[in-house]
Amino acid sequence: MRILFDRNTWQEIFGSISKNKIRTVITIIGVLWGIFVYIGMSGAAKGLDNGFERQFETVAMNSLFAWAQSTSKPYDGFKTGRQLRLELSDVQVLQNRIPEIQFIAPRNAKGVFGGDPALIVRGQKSSNFAVYGDFPVFTKIATKKIYDNGRFINKDDIEQARKVCVIGERTRKELFEEDEEPIGGYIRIDNIYFQVVGVHKYVPGGGFETDGDIYIPFSTYKKLYNTGEYIDWLTIAAYDDADVVQVEEDVKSVLKSIHRVDPTDERAFGSFNLGEIFNRIMGFSKGLTFLSLVIGIATILAGVIGIGNILLISVKERTKELGVRRALGATPKEVRSQIILESVFLTFIAGVMGIILGALTLSAVNNLTKDIDFPYTNPTVPIPYVLGAMVLMIVLGTLIGLIPAQRAVSIRPIDALREE
Amino acid sequence: MIEIKDLHKSYKMGSNSLHVLKGINFTAEDGELVAIMGSSGSGKSTLLNILGMLDEADSGEYTLDNVPIKNLSETKAAQYRNKFLGFIFQSFNLINYKSAMENVALPLYYQKVGRKERQEKALNYLERVGLKEWATHLPNELSGGQKQRVAIARAMAAEPKVLLADEPTGALDSKTSYEVMDLIQKINDEGNTILVVTHEEDIAHMCKRIVHLRDGVIVEDKKVKQVRAAEYVQ
Repeated sequence: MRILFDRNTWQEIFGSISKNKIRTVITIIGVLWGIFVYIGMSGAAKGLDNGFERQFETVAMNSLFAWAQSTSKPYDGFKTGRQLRLELSDVQVLQNRIPEIQFIAPRNAKGVFGGDPALIVRGQKSSNFAVYGDFPVFTKIATKKIYDNGRFINKDDIEQARKVCVIGERTRKELFEEDEEPIGGYIRIDNIYFQVVGVHKYVPGGGFETDGDIYIPFSTYKKLYNTGEYIDWLTIAAYDDADVVQVEEDVKSVLKSIHRVDPTDERAFGSFNLGEIFNRIMGFSKGLTFLSLVIGIATILAGVIGIGNILLISVKERTKELGVRRALGATPKEVRSQIILESVFLTFIAGVMGIILGALTLSAVNNLTKDIDFPYTNPTVPIPYVLGAMVLMIVLGTLIGLIPAQRAVSIRPIDALREE
Repeated sequence: MIEIKDLHKSYKMGSNSLHVLKGINFTAEDGELVAIMGSSGSGKSTLLNILGMLDEADSGEYTLDNVPIKNLSETKAAQYRNKFLGFIFQSFNLINYKSAMENVALPLYYQKVGRKERQEKALNYLERVGLKEWATHLPNELSGGQKQRVAIARAMAAEPKVLLADEPTGALDSKTSYEVMDLIQKINDEGNTILVVTHEEDIAHMCKRIVHLRDGVIVEDKKVKQVRAAEYVQ
């Protein structure tokens, strides 16, 4: 152990490896590559993981969507192919019949799933954007960040069917001047004046929504587009401890009974379960993390074996030198620890360089993908993983160093000296 | 200083064994300069290797400075080599990636001498062999004679009891050979015991005593009048 902390030992080792530059560089590259791949891959996996999580952070994980389609089976006197539409009254029934539902928000939309977007006009400027009819409860399911001074649709807006709207960042950009305060301003949506009460911040990746969406009160939407009691789809959030998949099934069967649809009709209502999708994607990214761990460790292993290999060759090459050292009084232990320490030192240096290089690459990729719509955020490798890899490398470096070290001392000094 | 009694050594070559040393009796006093001569295969290198603890005899006694050398472990042998012996090889055996000074300092490193002191001593010995200005040069930047002088400085650095030189002039031309022998004579003049293995008659006569080996036995052991190498060196 004493030999480890002896300055002379390290001077000797440093001298030996710094004066065989090509050998040192080649040796280092193997492990450097290994740890680089390990850091790069697990960082990228973590980045994807974070990216996916961010994509979903605006929407409650236990939420689902349900919409009406057309029947595929005749039932109760109705023929097949009947077009179904959800109605506002369904909301109350669902809430009463399914206790797991925490929030339920009916929505209408124009220009999202068919239909032309609304024509939005302000002064001389005009544009086309999708318009949603919403209830305030919607923000409980999908968070909407509203810029300062603004607000989302509230209860009074609904009750009085106020002509107010929440616009997107892009709407604001296209219709208002840079330094103009949009809150309180008026825009025309399909020729009806609306007062802007808020600007919502767009979070990329949140499904079909965009930065140009305009939200107006559900009751106003109903009057504007003459949709009566019909709704386009339901957004439902279950309680945290509820089984979302089960709730999804329940919602569909309740809807079937309300709308007099064959309970076995799979096509009558469509639904989309975010929780399930989320779990699947998270499972994918967990798999990716595991894969990167396996590949990274395998690459490190290959690199360390490479070091062992090169040291073995170098011991052969240095047989004479080691013989001279032993003739001059190096004990077998000193020779052995020199070879092992060279191995460990090289592994360590290569490891540190690989970690630094990997970290730099990760941050470079992070910067490159910052502004594009790609699920990749804040790629990090947990410190225990890095330390674990480091410890693994040092242990492997020691073990692999044992082979050439043993080879080095197994040659008798006299044979080593005789070698030409 | 050195005392060996009835030394035997044989090498196994497949099924038949080769009896190289067949009972050697030899003593060397403190301050002697002995040439061991013999033709190829006479066993002179084997004898030197046994004296140098690089090899072990099959039977017989070997005492170095009143320390019996017998059944040494590799570690013990290494320590004894470091403490008692300095080696000078035919092919110099300098470590090619170390400078002249670092080469000279190497035995001191194994004596656990501190870096500063090591370098000081190494420089001191390099000065004594006249190569102080070459201290930072690598061996491949030195001539054969210079390399051998660095090797001699290295052998001396550990302040050994005995210097063992295996054909020290074997790879050198006669002019540099005499320079190296001049150096060896000067070191001997300071009281160091030196054994020189050689097959060159003129080199042998620069020693004080010549031991002739033939077929593993000493056939002749005589004191000679030393020829000073300095006479040949301008």
